[in-house]
Amino acid sequence: MLEINSDRKKQTTLSYKLYFALLFLIQSGFALANNSSEQHSVKGIDEYSVLKKNNATSLIEAAVESDAMVDHSEFDELKGPFEDGPAVTKACLGCHNKAGHAFMKNKHWTWKYTDPDTKQQLGKSVLINNFCTNARGNEGMCAQCHAGYNMTDSEYDFTKQENMDCLVCHESTGKYYKTPTTSGSAACTTMFADKDPINWSKSAQSVAMPARENCGSCHFFGGGGDNVKHGDLSSALIAPTKDVDVHMAVEGNDFSCTQCHVGEKHQWSGSRYQGVPVKDKHKSKPGMRNETASCASCHGAQPHPLSLVGLKLNDHTQKVACETCHIPEFAKGGVATKIDWDWRTAGKTRDGEGYKDSNYTQSNGEHRYTYKSIKGDFKYDENVKPVYLWSNGKSHYTTIDTKFDPTKPVIINSVEGTVAGEDSRITPFKRMHTIQPYDKGNNTLVYMHLWGDDSDSFWGNYDFGRAIEHGMKQFDIPYSGEFGFIDTYSYWPINHMVAPEEGALKCDSCHSKEGRLKGIKGVYMPGSGEYKWMDIIGLLAIFATLAGVIGHGLLRFFMNKRRKAHD
Amino acid sequence: MIKRSVHIFTRFERLWHWSQMSLIMVLLFTGFRIHGFYELIDFEMAVTVHTYAALSLLLIWAFAIFWLFTTGAWKQYLPTRKGLLKVAKYYAFGIFKGERHPYKKTYTRKHNPLQAISYLILKIMIFPAIWITGLAYLTYGFWDSSSLPLEWIAVIHTISAFAISVFIIVHVYLLSTGGSIKEHIKPMITGFDDVYLTEEEVAYLETNEPQNIKPEE
Repeated sequence: MLEINSDRKKQTTLSYKLYFALLFLIQSGFALANNSSEQHSVKGIDEYSVLKKNNATSLIEAAVESDAMVDHSEFDELKGPFEDGPAVTKACLGCHNKAGHAFMKNKHWTWKYTDPDTKQQLGKSVLINNFCTNARGNEGMCAQCHAGYNMTDSEYDFTKQENMDCLVCHESTGKYYKTPTTSGSAACTTMFADKDPINWSKSAQSVAMPARENCGSCHFFGGGGDNVKHGDLSSALIAPTKDVDVHMAVEGNDFSCTQCHVGEKHQWSGSRYQGVPVKDKHKSKPGMRNETASCASCHGAQPHPLSLVGLKLNDHTQKVACETCHIPEFAKGGVATKIDWDWRTAGKTRDGEGYKDSNYTQSNGEHRYTYKSIKGDFKYDENVKPVYLWSNGKSHYTTIDTKFDPTKPVIINSVEGTVAGEDSRITPFKRMHTIQPYDKGNNTLVYMHLWGDDSDSFWGNYDFGRAIEHGMKQFDIPYSGEFGFIDTYSYWPINHMVAPEEGALKCDSCHSKEGRLKGIKGVYMPGSGEYKWMDIIGLLAIFATLAGVIGHGLLRFFMNKRRKAHD
Repeated sequence: MIKRSVHIFTRFERLWHWSQMSLIMVLLFTGFRIHGFYELIDFEMAVTVHTYAALSLLLIWAFAIFWLFTTGAWKQYLPTRKGLLKVAKYYAFGIFKGERHPYKKTYTRKHNPLQAISYLILKIMIFPAIWITGLAYLTYGFWDSSSLPLEWIAVIHTISAFAISVFIIVHVYLLSTGGSIKEHIKPMITGFDDVYLTEEEVAYLETNEPQNIKPEE
């Protein structure tokens, strides 16, 4: 019996193997075919693939092996069945009865931030960026990255706790996903067609501390694709090597995001709206969490060893952000970032349909879209050298009501930093350049109505005029009726993808004539060739002295000769 | 006055001179790299060598200052107007006519007046300027650097380095004046140089320190 069984097993294994081998061959054939064609075009405007959870199995293992004192899968409350997300949230809040109140203040829920200095209203709910430009009015699409359910438009009930999405951050099966909350134009109906339905009770039982995949599902894919926005946050951080990120390296510290982004009561640190200047270790009392996501919060402001070079490097922390030397490049690990976007070319069609070209291949082999009818032309870059600016962590935003001079490029977030100011450091940024629509009459940026199943949505009719008219009118914002295109820049602070020690910048990277910080004003940088007047005076003095002694010597020599001739 | 070969540069003085000379060469070489005149060696290396060389030189100077004051040798550097003009005129005119150097080295004044004042300026102005600014630059992390801009410190430091370079050029050139170069370098190696002595000095040295005075030729 046993033998027969094992024989049968062998047969089945063999047929499985053959089957997989065949699959592999077919796939490689396709891959080859893909590689060989020069232009990769796809028809239709299907958009936004949800994060491929590469190592979902490791996630589950992590949850099982977790040393938490609680195993949610054993709770009757989570047995289900649940019909939808809010039903799960109700179950969560049944026990975590204070979590809802706490999360209600969280930016992932409110999408709001008020600048404490200017009282300016910021946050995703109102801001304009230079990617897809505005979430406001396009919530049906953009709210896939809202940590809540059913945000279909700007009229959202932020007090309804059951609409909070606990799972997007806490579930660990890796099979959870979010879809647009409203249907877009008819052309977008194919999206997410092949997704398995969510098993709500399985997801509910799997809850754990957020893993990189949870945070990454939005923060790695913001702007419509892998690493499009940040440059230093991409799917390469799901299982990076040390070279890509020394903190998150699997063969190393293996930090999850929450190792640094910690806090109390569902408010955690690390906001781009309120950067923290370098101070000494933010010491917490025993038992308290260290509520600052900065390098200094763990490493201190004097992190280098007590050697001569170490002491000199420690002096640098007065003026130079840690990231400047320790993140020489971003968009590492094979995933490129978008650096340039031209909206002007959006709207081209083939055979009456929108299309996409992918003529950029990043180093992990994946093709990236270089043109989309719904968005225009893009450029990408990998292993990018940052731009450097004086920064104290704050930014001033060009919002929908900011008037600007249209003869100059618009800075979406101008980085605040007084040159050599006490809280300012030379800080690395990703600079994003875009040419995007603006209100030519009022000299303001515009809200575009991109997403919707109506006739005005740009992602359907490719008509900028109607999309802007609709987007502005919807929020009672004055619009002159005439739009143009303007160059915009946005600055993305670079904090992740820290290189290992040996990968940090060398002194010469800045202390040389063509150094990285060329153009940075306000600090004396030996070796950069400043103070030309001094060099001229000094060298003149040296050459004059040389000429003097040579002249003196020659004169002596000839006079001596003449004297001897006379004698 | 009797011209005799006397041991006028002690072993310490010679050690001081030559170690100072080599350290200054190292400091100029690395310093001009740090300043950005050339990029042959890497910056970190230049800074490291420059700093250790500077600290060594400071140590030697500390010993030298102690030595100068305990031995009374500091008096050699006192400025004097006596004979200064004569020496200056000699280098400006007389030297071309084949005149003899007007200054007679003595046991208590082994430098001519022009030499003495140059060394004094070097010792009390240029060297302090460079080491004070150097230390200030090295340690700026430990004091409030907003009170004194770093670039001023760097500018003074660099100008001092140019001044020292000028000194070295003239100093080396003057080796070639009056007699041979060898004749000028030898005293700083053996310690013995021809100086003019009084009869009393000769008698004292021959009786009490015969090792410090060479027998008459």
